[in-house]
Amino acid sequence: MLQIKDLHAGIEGKEILKGINLTIRPGEVHAIMGPNGSGKSTLASVLAGRSDYEVTGGSVDFLGKDLLELAPEARAGEGLFLAFQYPVEIPGLSTINFMKTAVNEVRKYRGQEVLDAAEFLKLMKEKMSLVNIDKNLLTRSLNEGFSGGEKKRNEVFQMAMLEPRLAILDETDSGLDIDAIRIAAAGVNAIRSKENATLVITHYQRLLDYIVPDFVHVLYNGRIVKSGGKELALELEETGYSFLKNEMNIA
Amino acid sequence: MSTITTIKDKAQELGAATQDALQPVRAAALAAFNQLGVPAVKHEEWKYTRISQLFNQSYQLGVDLSNTDATWQTFRLPEYETANELVFINGVYNPAVSTVRSAGLVVLPLEEAAKGEYAQVVSKHLGHSGKYMKDGINALNASFLVGAVFIGVNRSTEIEHPVYIYNITDGRAGNVFAQPRTLVHVAANAGVVMVETYGSIGVADHFTNQVMEVVVEQDARVEYYKVQNDSNRSSLVSTTHFRQVGKSYVHAVTISLNGAMVRNNLNMVMEAEHCDSNMFGLYFTSGSCHVDNHTIVDNAKPHCLSNEYYKGILDGSSTGVFNGKIFVQQDAQKINAFQSNKNILLSDTANVYTKPQLEIFADDVKCSHGCTVGRLDEEGLFYLRSRGVTEASAKSLLLHAFAIDILDQIRHDALRTYVDQLISERLGT
Repeated sequence: MLQIKDLHAGIEGKEILKGINLTIRPGEVHAIMGPNGSGKSTLASVLAGRSDYEVTGGSVDFLGKDLLELAPEARAGEGLFLAFQYPVEIPGLSTINFMKTAVNEVRKYRGQEVLDAAEFLKLMKEKMSLVNIDKNLLTRSLNEGFSGGEKKRNEVFQMAMLEPRLAILDETDSGLDIDAIRIAAAGVNAIRSKENATLVITHYQRLLDYIVPDFVHVLYNGRIVKSGGKELALELEETGYSFLKNEMNIA
Repeated sequence: MSTITTIKDKAQELGAATQDALQPVRAAALAAFNQLGVPAVKHEEWKYTRISQLFNQSYQLGVDLSNTDATWQTFRLPEYETANELVFINGVYNPAVSTVRSAGLVVLPLEEAAKGEYAQVVSKHLGHSGKYMKDGINALNASFLVGAVFIGVNRSTEIEHPVYIYNITDGRAGNVFAQPRTLVHVAANAGVVMVETYGSIGVADHFTNQVMEVVVEQDARVEYYKVQNDSNRSSLVSTTHFRQVGKSYVHAVTISLNGAMVRNNLNMVMEAEHCDSNMFGLYFTSGSCHVDNHTIVDNAKPHCLSNEYYKGILDGSSTGVFNGKIFVQQDAQKINAFQSNKNILLSDTANVYTKPQLEIFADDVKCSHGCTVGRLDEEGLFYLRSRGVTEASAKSLLLHAFAIDILDQIRHDALRTYVDQLISERLGT
């Protein structure tokens, strides 16, 4: 589904990703862990198409398409979704109106019929109960004045609405207490399927208690330095990243 | 002969021919205009709006209403079927095509009002704006004062349907200069909704210099909307002067979407305690359109509240000007006056000049002001696009979101929908 080969990228001339290789197949859950500054969020941003970042080498194939050639909206159309670490506040635009536009533009991209008001409402109600989000939140200005937990739940709701093939969760647990993490994770789990894949980017292991990964990768200094099963996350939790740094230096 | 000389001669001629109750006002105004002339660039209030260039060409000044046909109807506002409609053609009120429906609403030619029941109101309030607009352009309007209208709202009456005022210029016979004039008196405990709009017929240069004075008595409520979406060859100076003579409420919203050179003067003179007023504005310009909003809030008495919020979106080579003056006089303790102006520039060639101006002589007041000029939020744009929304749609969603808090201030539903539609069309959605 996603094939990243020797990806190099940076910002303002500074190289941050120094050759990433990663393959994700349908149905899999991958976690990328790593200390601050290792390039986790850069990887998420490059995959979603944020223009501040410059790709200097390598390739990304997503469902047979050259992902790096696509505009951000086309990536979403193809089935990529990025749950933001810091969802943007947009006063004056409600989540409902935003989603009405987004769902229909994505449907158009995918060659599906656009939804009329009644069909949209039906879809929205279904997804609302799936991710357990309150309607009041969705009629308010997008993310404006939302708590950290509400913002992340709103991201999960948007994800449910857009039915992506690959969901990237960028530090979805950051700034959340354990209850909020549990709720967000339950939402993510509710929309997982055999056809879809999830890439969880996190600093801490605790989110992985709720979204259990098939593979764990450790990102350090712009490279994936270690990959393993879910037990790797537990190992990191015990030893911390310093252990890895030492290992790297010895190697 | 220069255009200005022609205009002066015409005013002189008009004065000689019309010996009515308004003649002293005309004569005084003409004398003032002779002295002040047309504001030049060096006039601080007109620094960015070069009104003098509009006098470099000739206009028709004689008003011929015989060619009035149904063309003006293309400018009708929604739900006009039930509204009160007052139509000015080339600056002159046209009763033949105007309709007054609501009980408690009085519409009279101003010269008639000046000698009847409303004589005192007229003599007391007509021309008051001249004290605040010390420039020739305001005097020029009063020096003509023909085809002007008096609008009276009777005591304790809530006017059921809005009063639509159409300022139409018909340029099918050549360039046209029009000077509509209105005096509105809202009696104690009365309420009214007024909407002004502008429309040009024919391909010519249109120049409207409009003055409306509104007197708001004790416990009266006024909602006032201005919707400007005129042609690229239509220029406008629109002065609206509110005088809150009793504890009252005024809610004004100015929407400017197109025109050649548009200058709005909105004055809120709060002469009684506990007055409450809102002034909202949205200008969304493109091409070479120029929109200038000059506002004055004059707090003369204590315990008043004014809330002012203007937003601008400027594209192409268009220009926006915002100048917000707030005076707090020595007696006006415990007032609250808020002002904010926010702008988004969509192109490198668009300009905005924004200037808050507060003059405070009282020591126990709360005043705030602020202005911002920026570009469309890149982070927001990426966020929306990452959800599959195309760049064009994302831009229009963000701009609509920016405009919405002004649009929401239009409380007359049909009008809000109408303006929203105009904005959506502009945004291409």
